[in-house]
Amino acid sequence: MASGGSNRAINQSQDELFEVSLIVNGVTRTALVPARRLLSDCLRHDLRLTGTHVGCEHGVCGACTVLVDGVAVRSCLMLAVSADGARITTVEGLTRPDGTLSPVQQAFADCHGLQCGFCTPGFLTTITAALENNPEPSAEDAREIIGGNLCRCTGYQNIVKAVLRAAELRSATGSNPVGTS
Amino acid sequence: MKPPPFGYSRPESVAEAVAALGTAAPDGKVLAGGQSLLPLLNMRLATPEHLVDINRLAELGFVRVDDGEVVIGALARHAQVLADPAANQAQPLLGQALALVAHPVIRNRGTTVGSIVHADPAGEMTAVFALLGGSVLLAGSSGERLVSADEFFLGPLESDVRPDELATQVRLPALGPRAGCAFAEVSRRHGDYAVCGVAVLAELDEAGDVSRARAAYLSVAGTPLVLDLTEAGDDPASAGRLARSRVAPAADIHATAAYRRHLAGVLTERALADALGHARERAGG
Repeated sequence: MASGGSNRAINQSQDELFEVSLIVNGVTRTALVPARRLLSDCLRHDLRLTGTHVGCEHGVCGACTVLVDGVAVRSCLMLAVSADGARITTVEGLTRPDGTLSPVQQAFADCHGLQCGFCTPGFLTTITAALENNPEPSAEDAREIIGGNLCRCTGYQNIVKAVLRAAELRSATGSNPVGTS
Repeated sequence: MKPPPFGYSRPESVAEAVAALGTAAPDGKVLAGGQSLLPLLNMRLATPEHLVDINRLAELGFVRVDDGEVVIGALARHAQVLADPAANQAQPLLGQALALVAHPVIRNRGTTVGSIVHADPAGEMTAVFALLGGSVLLAGSSGERLVSADEFFLGPLESDVRPDELATQVRLPALGPRAGCAFAEVSRRHGDYAVCGVAVLAELDEAGDVSRARAAYLSVAGTPLVLDLTEAGDDPASAGRLARSRVAPAADIHATAAYRRHLAGVLTERALADALGHARERAGG
């Protein structure tokens, strides 16, 4: 009944299984999942990419945000089977291959945009995608960009600063498009 | 916070989708953007036997302006509709309301047609659809039918879509040349469900007087409430009093009935004033 291996703990049901192929951070990955597997759980449990954090599981907190074909979406509000064939970028995929932080990651470090870090992966992915569409955001734009992400530590002011700083770093160093290659 | 088990199919055409819904009826459910359905599944408030995922039906991912109507396909995301210049020029109420639908990331995935079919009385797009008098095209095993807005909403989260039917498109009339529109709402936090909201459509005659004014309210009744404000003329305060006397909201954890009634009045005043300004601008003075 359960498929073996790492899926065992969460797949002990009679669910029909579907093979899903995802291009995650440029690498093709496959997983055998029931239809009800959330994309967030597929990334974390099936693919062991635990950078994507799961907070509320009903679309309110934004912690699980990933890029699907370059577009920021809540991975807890998407089924893994629905994402079959898609290009996914998680927080692990934002860092450059040589380990250099992306402009948004560097800006969070520069501006103290995080404390405990739980919400941070969702902010980083959301802001990365938003800056692709709006490379020179105003402070008001920055607030709109992060309006769907909750953080319980920073008080948001430093995150707003980090959005603006990230835009500066991007224009100074050249953009680092993700999920679009 | 994990969905219960369900069957799943991912059709490649509308005909296949309708067939899958027919097989699954009455316990099938369409999955489009999933931004309302997935929370309901995660919280196990909905337990469909079978999901029909229409995300492969790329032919439904359109927004176009056609013969005085904005036509929105079932797979057009809110963000796509919001960013469509022709649709927003034809019907500016779309953009005014869509900017208040949840957050940008939710709008990236959620669909406008799905939001209307979901029939949430707190939904901005249900009010827009009711106010404009749009229509929904439904494809079913016995053919297509077009349902008008005044017959579409049956109750909270209940619209006139039969279990074997797929809503393939929504049509919304364009804004007339001497008409204006506005949307106003109050929510606890930006992007949250509105405690109360209103969409207003005002039309002027040749002399510049108000010939027709209507409002649609969210979060004050089980279905979008549409009121005729024409008798208030160009006096927003009078329209506000009219709204206060006509709405009969319920109390819940978010607001008392009295507060919702108060908001209905204040928001009607603001939105009518804005809609009249918009109409005068469009009518050329």
